[in-house]
Amino acid sequence: MALDDTKKTRDFKVVGTRPDRPDGIDKVTGRARFGADMVLPGMLTGRILRSPHAHARIKRIDTSKAEALSGVKAVVTRADFGEVPADVADVMDNCMAGDKALYDGHAVAAVAASSPAVARKALKLIEVEYEVLPHVTDVDAATRPDAPVLHEGRQQETVPKGMSANVIARSEFGHGDIETGLKQADRVVARTYRTAATHQGYIEPHACLATMGPDGKADLWVCTQGHYMVRNTCAAILGMEQGQLRVTASEIGGGFGGKTVVFLEPVALMLAKKSGRPVKMVMSRSEVLRATGPTSSTSIDVRIGMTKEGRITAGFAELRYQGGAYPGSPVDMGAMSGFAPYDLENVKTVGWDVVTNRPKAAAYRAPGAPMAAFAIESAIDEAARGFGLDPLEVRLMNGADEGTKASYGPTYPAIGLKATLEAAKTHPHWSAPLGENQGRGVACGFWFNFGGDTCVSLNITPDGTVTVSEGNPDIGGSRASMTMMAAEELGIPYDQVRTIIADTGSLGQNEVTDGSRVTFAVGLATIKAAQAAKAEMCRRAAMVWGIDEDAVEWADGAARPAGPNAGKFPPMTLKEIAAIASNTGGPIAGHHEVNAEGAGVSFATHMVDVELDPDTGSTKILRYTVFQDAGKAVHPSYVEGQFQGGAVQGIGWALNEEYIYGEDGILQNAGFLDYRIPVASDLPMIDTVILEIPNPGHPYGVRGVGETSIVPPLAAIANAVSAAAGVRMTQLPMSPPRVLAALQAQADG
Amino acid sequence: MRYEAPLSVEDAVAALAGQPGAHVLAGGTDLLVKLRSEMIEPEVIVDIKRIDGMKDIRAEEGGWRIGAAVSGAEMSEHEALVADWPGVVEAAGLIGSTQVQGRATLAGNLCNASPAADSVPAMVAAGAVARIVGPNGSRDLAVIDVPQGPGKTALEPGEFIASILLPARGQQSGDAYLRFIPRTEMDIAVVGCGVSLSLDSENRVSAARVSLGAVGPKVMLVEEAAEALKRRVLDEAALDDLAAACSKAATPIDDKRGTVDFRRHVAGVLARRAAVIAATRAKGENA
Repeated sequence: MALDDTKKTRDFKVVGTRPDRPDGIDKVTGRARFGADMVLPGMLTGRILRSPHAHARIKRIDTSKAEALSGVKAVVTRADFGEVPADVADVMDNCMAGDKALYDGHAVAAVAASSPAVARKALKLIEVEYEVLPHVTDVDAATRPDAPVLHEGRQQETVPKGMSANVIARSEFGHGDIETGLKQADRVVARTYRTAATHQGYIEPHACLATMGPDGKADLWVCTQGHYMVRNTCAAILGMEQGQLRVTASEIGGGFGGKTVVFLEPVALMLAKKSGRPVKMVMSRSEVLRATGPTSSTSIDVRIGMTKEGRITAGFAELRYQGGAYPGSPVDMGAMSGFAPYDLENVKTVGWDVVTNRPKAAAYRAPGAPMAAFAIESAIDEAARGFGLDPLEVRLMNGADEGTKASYGPTYPAIGLKATLEAAKTHPHWSAPLGENQGRGVACGFWFNFGGDTCVSLNITPDGTVTVSEGNPDIGGSRASMTMMAAEELGIPYDQVRTIIADTGSLGQNEVTDGSRVTFAVGLATIKAAQAAKAEMCRRAAMVWGIDEDAVEWADGAARPAGPNAGKFPPMTLKEIAAIASNTGGPIAGHHEVNAEGAGVSFATHMVDVELDPDTGSTKILRYTVFQDAGKAVHPSYVEGQFQGGAVQGIGWALNEEYIYGEDGILQNAGFLDYRIPVASDLPMIDTVILEIPNPGHPYGVRGVGETSIVPPLAAIANAVSAAAGVRMTQLPMSPPRVLAALQAQADG
Repeated sequence: MRYEAPLSVEDAVAALAGQPGAHVLAGGTDLLVKLRSEMIEPEVIVDIKRIDGMKDIRAEEGGWRIGAAVSGAEMSEHEALVADWPGVVEAAGLIGSTQVQGRATLAGNLCNASPAADSVPAMVAAGAVARIVGPNGSRDLAVIDVPQGPGKTALEPGEFIASILLPARGQQSGDAYLRFIPRTEMDIAVVGCGVSLSLDSENRVSAARVSLGAVGPKVMLVEEAAEALKRRVLDEAALDDLAAACSKAATPIDDKRGTVDFRRHVAGVLARRAAVIAATRAKGENA
């Protein structure tokens, strides 16, 4: 059977249509079970005591009064965990502080009690003696030699001597020579840009329910983007064998990267172990904001050299990202992605990974890339506007194409950047008139997309319907997409297939739902699993017909003789083959296990119109259009939803969202009142244009679409606001006080 | 925690008596949030919604008496009230979300004693009076005198607000309330401004009350701003003077919601805009 069908133009029957989502009824009726919805007999409430200090040495923890309180079944501190393997040491420390509390909200102890009221009372009875230490939350301040130091001895050899120990690592990417390129320029734009830390803002707070028997076997129900990651991490921390911990993923109310790590889970398991009872833990919104993983705040220097015709002669960026209390900010991905849309002779980026007294950064949708794009796309825009050039034409002139050597190393295969720019040029949005106090901005964005370890099992039931088991929580419509790809490959209707998220005992290792990998990698494995099942069904038909199995082919949901020489037999449908499976060798299934490679990169161009209120500095988004390459849109409604969702999160990031720390290092806005994500009435309908430049690495040409859409908005909106204001905005968020101050400074000359 | 739902003012007063940790529940849009976020752990909650009159909007001496459990949404549907005091009704209609507006009350917004409460500047501009009941009977207190600072009110232990009186609306008069928020809804005022004014036969301002919210520890009545308008037609010069008076009177702080400079400036901007709306309404035109 021909498995590689990317060369042919495929006539899709299911892929590309818009069937109802399989989880829709459950979610609108309340039947869907999220993290906090699971209950077990005898279940306890787990709660965490958190540091009220930004940086403090923990001198003593006395839990005796809490333990003596009636209804308290277990109290856990770091001492209960003992030594853990080095590769999970930081995760452990983030889940439960060791010698030092490193940020406001850092967990220092936990209780399991018979009711929430008892648990609350117990937390107040835990005595912690702190030695408060000087703290630092600002990324630039943390790099200064006299800054308070979080960790000694963590600095890598890439960092020059004399820098603060908070500077953990330096990275560098690029090719050519910047100084040579800058000399060829007619204009050089050199600026520093800053972005605030933002949170993913998922609706569902973290929640889990842990049980552990006296034999050490444990089960965990959890809201996560990767239950295999949860299993492996928790097993390492608790010293368990992975096979003895079964993790089941709940429905998930958003993740955007923030649920690719553990926070509560090892603690819940330890509480369950100590108490011998099931323990449920649910974070409050305040805990989510204080102690889970927002993204980095950044400070970025950019130099762009451009000729008066618009050719970029040099591109340089130096990026400083603070990743919170532990090493591992996403600065490398910022440094790799910022110039990726362009074909440049001279390009260089330098990244600095910095630690501060803030919660450890977690992934947030294209982690690291939006901030780099904000800085670089702003500088390109300023250079282009300085020459009176069309910003789309400048990007087309410099745009990457098939064969371009990317700034981060590889040479591109077929890519869609220029297709998005051409689509933007001809869209009515681009030529729509603008009024007073209005401005239009554009920007491009890039994301790598990932593949990774993936397992899919596909089973044919006796009545001839199909079940697909995958190991990745569905945060973006993947059950619909897997169902569609299985139906497409088997030649059966969408409603004949049901896809579930299997627990960790049911499949082999699966990488977390990240890197926009699932529709690509799990889709690939689903197609291959369906192909394996088809091959088996062809073999069964051949057996019945008494012909060679190579003489049977699969088409339109049935096995058929491959040609006139194979013999004259009526087609055997999937249902007919399933009905006799027991008599032809037993149940029929297909499965596929792979470390998927060939995830195609994805590009987008965003266009946005804004209107400023010159008296208050308030920005209104008037119109917004996303142009993005999806490779092949499996379910176009979900693809459009991903485009719109990325744009909306970008709008929040650009205009109002920010982590605000006081002088005391305490988070000032740990709630959705003062951490301002956009509400529906803040937004216009986000228009979308799907481009389809097939990814050669996927049988149907699929590329990940979930992350690229958040890369351009910060820059596109900054370019629009700058155009409307007549002054360049270089700091996010562009909140009303900041915009008004810029307008007044400009008016004052 | 004990929950009580008395049917009379007397029973409510009795339920509150000698219970320093008791909390009054009407719409509950502040109380339930505080409970859930564990800011308070009250021993007694006294629900006043079932008391006769608490859900009523009644005409009184040319004005309107609004029961303590009347929601903003109910006010919005009362045409005669909206015709007389559109600014107050709109201010109540800005509180929280659509769902919250179905529960939240003027009295509750007032008793929460937040300087950023949306309905309070509008009530202060309107000259509203709160009727307070308690162990010593009933007393009336101007709305502006109820808040004493963030989270603090002039209510004595055991007292609660039974109703709010919006006085008789004069001829050729109108009111308006505007607030600034970084979003379009479901937010808290960074600055709020209420204006209530009356015009004479030549469209000169004959009386005015101007209030500001979220620029000091409590809502303020800005006498200088009212003076700046009196006996003048609302031309640019008058509006400039109004704005300057409001910016000058504001005593904001720098915090997570805005800077001192921003709030001072926007206090003036909102006063101008609110005065124009109020004057338009005073002329009997739609605004």
